[in-house]
Amino acid sequence: LVFTEEDKYGLYSNLLFKYFLAEGIVCGHDLFVASAKQHPDNILKELPAPLLDDTYRKELGDEAAAVKSEDFQDSMKIAWRYQNLPKMEASPTTYTKFGHYYDISKKMPPELCQSVKWHSFYLHEELSFEPKMEAWNMNSGYARLLQSIQRTISQEGFDGSDPQKKQRNVLRIGIQSLGSVLWGDDVCCSDTPEDPHSLTKFLYVLRGLLRKSLSACIITVPAHLIQNKAIMERVTDLSDVVVGLESFIGSERETNPLYKDYHGLVHVHQIPRLNSLICDVSDTKDLAFRLKRKLFTIERLHLPPDLSDTVSRASKQDLAGSAKLLSSGCGAMAIGKKHLDF
Amino acid sequence: QGQFTLLRDTRTDGSFLVHHFLSFYLRAGCKVCFVALLQSFSHYSIVAQKLGVSLAAAKERGQLVFLEGLKSCLELLFGEEEQPGQPSPLQFLSTRDLRALFDFVRVSLTPADGDSWKGPVLLVDDLGVLLSLGAAPVAVLDFIHYCRVSVCCQLKGNIVVLVHSNEDSEDEENELVVNSLCHHSDLILWAEGLATGFCKDVHGQIKIIKRLSLRQAAEQDLVQIYQYKIQDRNVTFFAPGLSAAVL
Repeated sequence: LVFTEEDKYGLYSNLLFKYFLAEGIVCGHDLFVASAKQHPDNILKELPAPLLDDTYRKELGDEAAAVKSEDFQDSMKIAWRYQNLPKMEASPTTYTKFGHYYDISKKMPPELCQSVKWHSFYLHEELSFEPKMEAWNMNSGYARLLQSIQRTISQEGFDGSDPQKKQRNVLRIGIQSLGSVLWGDDVCCSDTPEDPHSLTKFLYVLRGLLRKSLSACIITVPAHLIQNKAIMERVTDLSDVVVGLESFIGSERETNPLYKDYHGLVHVHQIPRLNSLICDVSDTKDLAFRLKRKLFTIERLHLPPDLSDTVSRASKQDLAGSAKLLSSGCGAMAIGKKHLDF
Repeated sequence: QGQFTLLRDTRTDGSFLVHHFLSFYLRAGCKVCFVALLQSFSHYSIVAQKLGVSLAAAKERGQLVFLEGLKSCLELLFGEEEQPGQPSPLQFLSTRDLRALFDFVRVSLTPADGDSWKGPVLLVDDLGVLLSLGAAPVAVLDFIHYCRVSVCCQLKGNIVVLVHSNEDSEDEENELVVNSLCHHSDLILWAEGLATGFCKDVHGQIKIIKRLSLRQAAEQDLVQIYQYKIQDRNVTFFAPGLSAAVL
C-alpha cells in the first residue's frame, strides 16, 4: 500500500500516479482507477508514453558519454580522503531490466491502453450505497469504493477464488486525492472532523483486501490540507510505503540557490518491512526530484559546493539547517551544525 | 508469571520484538493467543520460520490461536450473514464495543481438558490499530484491564502488547493509552530510533525498564540501555557505543 502525500498543487503527485498506472499497462496488469476529481477515462488518456528500449538507451548513452569526457580522474590533493569513496550515481545511468521509462511529452497510444482490462470508479457516477453498509460506520464514498474494489477482486479472480483461471494477473489500484472534500470527507477542512475514523478504517479494510489478493495500490492524499496530525500518524502506521512530495513552487525554496537544479524534495517516511525482520534501507535518505521536458527524475540531493566567501549569513544558516538532514558521502561539503570560523 | 510486558517504539519499528516474543513463548511450550491486527498470517509465519518456529504447525496442534485482524475484518464486512452465537471478535467496528474481542481472548486461553501447555500468553500487535478503527481510548484500556484480570491474575499467564508512540505526537488518544499502560506495566521494552538520525550499523536503542516500584514501595525502577542492529535472522544487542562497526 503506497501512500503518497501530495505536493501543494498536486502537479507532481499526479505525475507519479500516472507513472504507476502506465507501468501497469506496459506490464500487462489490470487496472482499477478511482477518483472523485477527474473522470478515470480522462486520467487514462493522459498517461505518458513508454520509451522503447533503443531510443532511451541511445539518449542515455549520449548523456553518459558527455559526462565522462569532463571527468578527469585527477587525484585529489586536499580532499584526498574522498577519493576512496565510491563514485556516486546521482541518477540511474545503467539501464536495468526492472521497470520501464516514460516520455511525458507524449501520450500513451490508445491501442496500448486498450490492451489491458481496466475498471473505473468515478464517485459522482456511482449509485447510492446499499443498506448493508450502514453497519460499517464509514463515509459512504469510501464504503462504495471498497465494495467496488472487493467486487472487482473477487469477480476477476485476483484473490485466487477461481481455481479454473490458469493465468494469474496483478491488479494495480490507483486512488486519487483520497480524503479531499470531493469524497465527502471533511478531514481536510476541519480540525475536528465529523468522522475521524473513516479514513483510517478505509485504509485498514483496503490493506486487508490487498493482502488477500494479487494487487498493489497507490493512493495520493492532499496531506498538507489535513489539519488533524493525529490522523496522519495513524495513516502512516497503516500503510506500507509512505512518500511525501514537497514541491518548491511558491515556497521560499524556489529561489534558494541551493535547490536551483530541482523542483522539489522527496521525503520517504516509511518503507515496507514485509516478511522479514529487516527492511531494505538505502544509503541515503535525501532525494529530490526534477521535471525535465521529457523525464521526471528522482535523484539524490546534491548541494552545490559552498565556494563563495560573500554568501550571506541567512543562507548559511539555511545550509546548516538542511545539512543536518544529509547523510554521509555527500561529496564536497563540510557539514556541521555550527559553523567553525577559522 | 502474571507479567504484563509493554513493547513500545518511537521513531522506529519495534515489531522485531513481537516476532521475538512469539517464537520465544512458542518454543517454551506456552499456549499463545496472538491478536495480529496489522499484518497477515503469512508475514509472521515467514519471519517465525527464520527464527526457527513453524506457526502453521503450532496452530495445528492447538498451541497457537491466531486472530488475523485483516482477514476477520473482511469477513465481517463482505461476508455472508454471521451465524448466531458466533459473533466476530472485530464486532466493535459497528458496535464500538470491545467485549467480543475480550471474549475471544478469554475463550482461547482458558485451558481445555487435555491441554498440557505451560501458562497462557496473550500477544497483541498492535494496540494502536484499535484506536484507528474507532474504539475509544477508555474502551481500549478497559479491554486491557479485563484481559489482565483474566489472563494474568486468574490464569497466571503473561501479556505482551505493542504500542507506538512519538514525541510531540498530536495523537492524544494514543498518548493517553500509552501513558496509562506504562504506569501499569511490569516490564517495558522501549525501542527508539537514534537521536542522531539514521545509521546503517546501529538501528536503534532499546531501553529495558523493570518496574520494581510496582511490586514494592521503596524500590526504584531498573533501567538498562542497549543498542541493537537487526539482521535477517536475529538481532544483536550491544552496549551503547560499542557497535561492531566502531570497534
